[in-house]
Amino acid sequence: MTTAKLPPIPGTTPFDGEQAKKGYALNKMCFSFNSAECRAEFLRDEEAYMKKYSLNEEQAAGIRARDVLGLIRAGGNAYYLAKFAGILGLNMQDIGALQTGMTVEQFKAKLAAYA
Amino acid sequence: MAKIVGMLTTSHVPAIGGAIAKNLQQDAYWKPFFDGFLPVRKWLDEVKPDVAVVLYNDHGLNFFLDKMPTFSVGAAREYHNADEGWGIPTLAPTRGDIDLSWHLINNLVERDFDITTCQEMLVDHAFTIPLKLFWPQSPCPIPAVPVCINTVQFPLPSAKRCYALGEAVGDAIRNWDTDKKVVVIGTGGLSHQLDGERAGFINKDFDLKFMDSMIDDPKWATQFSIHELVEKTGTQGVELIMWLAARAAVKGKVRKVHSNYHIPISNTASGLMALEALE
Repeated sequence: MTTAKLPPIPGTTPFDGEQAKKGYALNKMCFSFNSAECRAEFLRDEEAYMKKYSLNEEQAAGIRARDVLGLIRAGGNAYYLAKFAGILGLNMQDIGALQTGMTVEQFKAKLAAYA
Repeated sequence: MAKIVGMLTTSHVPAIGGAIAKNLQQDAYWKPFFDGFLPVRKWLDEVKPDVAVVLYNDHGLNFFLDKMPTFSVGAAREYHNADEGWGIPTLAPTRGDIDLSWHLINNLVERDFDITTCQEMLVDHAFTIPLKLFWPQSPCPIPAVPVCINTVQFPLPSAKRCYALGEAVGDAIRNWDTDKKVVVIGTGGLSHQLDGERAGFINKDFDLKFMDSMIDDPKWATQFSIHELVEKTGTQGVELIMWLAARAAVKGKVRKVHSNYHIPISNTASGLMALEALE
């Protein structure tokens, strides 16, 4: 059974074959950010770096806008996108806040409230 | 023959590496997490395992989407950590055990697990940080063999399949012709979700039930599909399949040495268990 036929989980996009196909270029670029040289090259000229990895317009727009939800829609995988977030100096609470429309303090409070 | 002394499972959040580097173990935020490891280290000092088998999931350090094996087994003399891109310190290399690696590989393929063998394998925080938590010395004082399960790209292997993999790993260790003592480690979980509008999701009730089941009903979570586990525990909470595989390797009755559960570490409900094998 493919995930597409399973009942959707709200606010959740399983990274399945569809996403993997759609997001390959974007994820490949983000995978390169394991290397300090590649991170520096991206920061020197983001547009040239995105072109080098052949990002499509939706992916490039997501990168320019630092739009995590947009990047997920464009096929981004959480683990590779986290390497992009690392370049921007954002941690997982920052990313969580961005995706849920909360402030970082609100997001942290939400996590703590589960205890 | 080799003996399995027991099982260790823990969460493996990258931020833990940063906290260790900054010596934040006694900081109010981190203390409830790090203190959980003290009784476990005491137990390790007593049972003195000679080698560890570590079931973990790579997060885009060794494997990219160009080739994504479902199950892979390390067969290197040494395993190197490297820059993961999110600013945590790179830890010292860990010694491997080539003899155990090939014994596992041969046994797993014989049991119909079509694994990928890796004579070179970078290991990320999911391998290095748990070892560092259990053995704070650097480098890790005992050799370890990594067994990686894909949780990056769906379809993931089912909980039932991961349990069966763990059983096969355990049987292989028990027929390894040596008098070494082996500890099986599973890393990941517990409930958390990093991505999407549901980011920050945690399910304490499920986690506690799951931790209880590890002791005397270890197959409990194998009733759930991967989709159901994502729904119940979050897109990354599904890493609990490493715990299932590690528990399956131990087989039979166990004694709980220690467990700890703390919310939150970064975005994660962190869990820790040490179970001693009784059979």
